[in-house]
Amino acid sequence: MHDFTPLSGFAGGALIGLAAALLMLLTGRIAGVTGIVGGLLQPDTADRRWRIAFIAGLIAAPLVAALFGAPLPRPAMNASLVVVAIAGVLVGFGTRMGNGCTSGHGVCGFARLSGRSIVATFIFMTAAIVTVAIVRHVIGG
Amino acid sequence: MPALASFVCGLIFGAGLLISGMTDPQKVLGFLDLFGAWDATLAFVMAGAVAVAATGFAIARRRAAPAFSARFLWPDRNDIDTPLVGGAILFGIGWGLVGICPGPALVNLAGLSLPIVVFVVAMLAGMIGQNLFDKNLWRRRAAAPRAIESSPLPSRADG
Repeated sequence: MHDFTPLSGFAGGALIGLAAALLMLLTGRIAGVTGIVGGLLQPDTADRRWRIAFIAGLIAAPLVAALFGAPLPRPAMNASLVVVAIAGVLVGFGTRMGNGCTSGHGVCGFARLSGRSIVATFIFMTAAIVTVAIVRHVIGG
Repeated sequence: MPALASFVCGLIFGAGLLISGMTDPQKVLGFLDLFGAWDATLAFVMAGAVAVAATGFAIARRRAAPAFSARFLWPDRNDIDTPLVGGAILFGIGWGLVGICPGPALVNLAGLSLPIVVFVVAMLAGMIGQNLFDKNLWRRRAAAPRAIESSPLPSRADG
């Protein structure tokens, strides 16, 4: 059901990179979703408008796609709601603690050749691969 | 103007996530599952994203200022510290459990499915929790005068 789709993957990836490049060229900001959302949650953040605008853009993307007939994203998830909630807390806490996620460290960090981001990306990729291996092949196997 | 530009960037970013298939957690888990039916798509997404972003950043480096603001806010840290490593491990475990990271979580929010709403609320709670945890750490450090010199100054986020 989930086939290898390198072409749409590369094209979609290029759009993600374009968005990151444009955000820097136009506003001077790094397109890191964790940093953008996290900044909004801090009481002393002065620059809220561009953050809200970026997040609104992310949420609007599937709504615009729906105008062209695409279905709204309602992804199937195998995990129970309890596991989903635990995963959400881990993702929120971890990305803030480590100062970034797949977009800030993964895409922008690699594009800047930042040692910090490259190390972070290898660590979270490895932790995720080990987690999937345990969930699917040790517990679920 | 900066807000409009930022909205358009978010829109393009979200479109990229949708087209690449990365808003589908099963596709992401397919990449992370090295010992199952491995789906290498995520590597191609990263390659496309990094190549275009690096080109854009190279152009930005040669400019004096961004179009709609006073200066480029490049991240300014290069140290590998405990929070970076610990945070990446916690994030990786959460990501591996369900296959969703912050960007796709927000794009998926448009569909308002129950698991996604639960995930986003929990993620925001985790972020707020980390903030409070950090502040308490600072207060404790401030209470112990000798620790002040060794505590790092807060710096610009990487992402």
